[in-house]
Amino acid sequence: MEQLIALIKSSVVFGTVIMYGCIGETLTEKSGNLNLGVPGIMYLGGISSLIGVFFYERAVETPNAILCLLIALISGFGAAALGGLLYSFLTITLRANQNVTGLTLTIFGSGIANFFGGSLNKLAGGVGQISVSATSAAFRTQIPFLSEWGPIGRMLFSYGFMVYLAIAIAVIMHWYLMRTRGGLNLRAVGENPATADAMGINVTRKKYLATCIGAGISGLGGVYYVMDYIKGTWANDGSIEKLGWLAVALVIFTTWKSVNAIWGAYLFGVLYWMYFYIPNLTRSSQELFKCLPYIVTILVLIISSTRKKKEQQAPAHLGLSYFREDR
Amino acid sequence: MEKASAIQLRAITKTFGSVVANRDVNLDIRYGEILSLLGENGSGKTTLMNMIAGIYYPDSGQIFVNGEEVAIRSPKDALNLKIGMIHQHFKLVDVFTAAENVALGLDEKGKFDIRTVAQKVREICQKYGFDIDPDQKVYNMTVSQKQTLEIIKVLYRGADILILDEPTAVLTLVEAGKLFRVLRNMRADGKAIVIITHKLNEVLDISDRVSILRHGEYIGTVETRDATELSLTEMMVGKKVSLNIDRPRAEKIEKKLSVEHLTVTDRNGIKLLDDVNFEAFGGEILGIAGISGCGQKQLLEAIAGLQLADEGSSIMFFPEDGGEKQLLGKTPRQIREFGVALSFVPEDRLGMGLVGSMGMAENMMLKDYDRGHSFFTERKRPRQLAEQIKAELEVVTPGIQTPVRRLSGGNVQKVLVGREIAAHPTVLMTAYAVRGLDINTSYTIYHLLNEQKMKGVAVIFVGEDLDVLLELSDRILVLCGGKITGIVDGRSATKEQVGMMMTGQNPVLGGNA
Repeated sequence: MEQLIALIKSSVVFGTVIMYGCIGETLTEKSGNLNLGVPGIMYLGGISSLIGVFFYERAVETPNAILCLLIALISGFGAAALGGLLYSFLTITLRANQNVTGLTLTIFGSGIANFFGGSLNKLAGGVGQISVSATSAAFRTQIPFLSEWGPIGRMLFSYGFMVYLAIAIAVIMHWYLMRTRGGLNLRAVGENPATADAMGINVTRKKYLATCIGAGISGLGGVYYVMDYIKGTWANDGSIEKLGWLAVALVIFTTWKSVNAIWGAYLFGVLYWMYFYIPNLTRSSQELFKCLPYIVTILVLIISSTRKKKEQQAPAHLGLSYFREDR
Repeated sequence: MEKASAIQLRAITKTFGSVVANRDVNLDIRYGEILSLLGENGSGKTTLMNMIAGIYYPDSGQIFVNGEEVAIRSPKDALNLKIGMIHQHFKLVDVFTAAENVALGLDEKGKFDIRTVAQKVREICQKYGFDIDPDQKVYNMTVSQKQTLEIIKVLYRGADILILDEPTAVLTLVEAGKLFRVLRNMRADGKAIVIITHKLNEVLDISDRVSILRHGEYIGTVETRDATELSLTEMMVGKKVSLNIDRPRAEKIEKKLSVEHLTVTDRNGIKLLDDVNFEAFGGEILGIAGISGCGQKQLLEAIAGLQLADEGSSIMFFPEDGGEKQLLGKTPRQIREFGVALSFVPEDRLGMGLVGSMGMAENMMLKDYDRGHSFFTERKRPRQLAEQIKAELEVVTPGIQTPVRRLSGGNVQKVLVGREIAAHPTVLMTAYAVRGLDINTSYTIYHLLNEQKMKGVAVIFVGEDLDVLLELSDRILVLCGGKITGIVDGRSATKEQVGMMMTGQNPVLGGNA
């Protein structure tokens, strides 16, 4: 029982990181932009929030918890959205290849983040010395009483608020995409931009907005990772990148429906952490277990492509740039 | 009784570069009336209507809608003026339902609910007799249903003036009948309707008036009840122009190809070629006339082995050394080795046959990449060939290594045709070989084709200019809607005769073929 609760808890925490990455990317891909820069964007979100609160906590004696949260969220979201803006400018305005741009953004984001992470370490007085304890504590504040309510409380309510925020965003995004005029128009842009254009929808604007907001949401995954998952520290070990790629895989796994990310992300978490709770694994067999999420994604791809149900496929114009034909 | 005027065009002129698409065109569109806009390919019908729909903007001239002069700068402007155009290529999102497609881009006030849209769609369907389920996904729809949906889309937006660009081109006969019923319902409802078409029987069947364009110029408007197929054809094709193209007679005329019962059916079950029978002879240019999209492409591709034909079709090839070979079922490469060359010059010149980013020499190599036996490519021969073609056909290019996509369209065509001829074919097929070429280059190509013919090659020439076909071809095969309307002697046929046959009637046999 204890083991099961521990597995679920670590899966939820792990899953939340990639859920942000996934739902942000879902929004982006619905506009027809395949942004493979998710890992880089999560890096940008993580490092920016850390920089923001690091200086805030250094400047004041007793940091205000609410301010800490706001600074972390806004700087994380903002930096990630800027990454999305860069991607949008290159792929939408300059019509650069989306795959190349996305991969470059990943390299760019991790480079920037690790550079500033190193600088922060230096400022803080040595590797592993960064601590934004006040902010991290605010992020990890649990729901009082409920979180202590037996095993159920520990399984469902013993997390920081961002776990619930992720679920809320996933639900709201699904509602937006499927039930609103704006969502319908956005999906049309990703499916068939020429049609959307002919119907008077501003394709460029839709793509820019979806990509930047999507990147911002993905960036929150980085914020959550830094503030909650590794408790307000920084490590130049590339684990954000790993999680970023899982988020991209998760988008495919969820068949581009953000509500599926809620259980999909936790499932990925369970699959990923399973090795920890299976006795007698060697180091190498552990690594095999860590592949499970990817294997499941491949299976989903195989199944969904053989069933040929159009609703479960990627947006038809995903990865292609659109420009009005010169008549 | 004069119907109320919906749109008046006065002296509209539109040019694309140096090409004049419309010159001083006047047109009247009235409410409660169906107007046919008739003309050959490239006569500027679609361009003219696109200016009303806000896709193009005229260079000069005036447009009046309901008596007021307007400037229509975008499709949205057109819709605000209650003008809707249904294009040949549907603009629909496949994974959306009919209702969702209708709702796209609408800025209605109030809460968005797809069910309200669906309800309104149902009402429109009821009013005009459409048969569409608002909840059906577009990818499950037939072509005719998709077209219906396009019409509903513009009606939903309140259009009173509807323009349909060749609406029956993609429909079966039954579906076309259904469409016409709906159009009559809309006419009865007081809508102004324009249909762009080149099918005379449809014009006579549905319209109240016919306006005719030829080479971008407005020829005139007649009341349909005063018109006959002959009078319309004359207005459409005009008088014959003499071009003075050589037409030597070859000494040796031998059967090279025999096509029997060739039928090609597409995925939607529409017959693109329907029981086509003909023979092609060496020492002869067989011209193929027809409105574009009538099966010319499928015909050539079937012979070249690029298009699957239905059961029962047969294409026999008669080689030099006697015997006969069935071409169907052979790979394009085998067919090419028999000596059947296809220099197809499609609308997209670089799409088939040439690689845009390669130079002339490398493009020469594409055809015989499998000839050499060493590990390294043989570069000398292709280079010589490229130089030869460049000199003989006067290809204007900085050098044979310059990527062909940087060449002008005419020069690209010369490279393509030159390469095919260099392969010493027994059957040479070309489609639209002179499209976009200037007069001199066109004559160079005619000359080349004649040269091949005199050598005993069977030349199949798909063309669009009737004057050229009539002066170059020994025989002319006329296609209409995938069927052969007839094969006439190029020396004795008249332009009116071929023009009529292109629209589906056979004046020789009488009646509709």
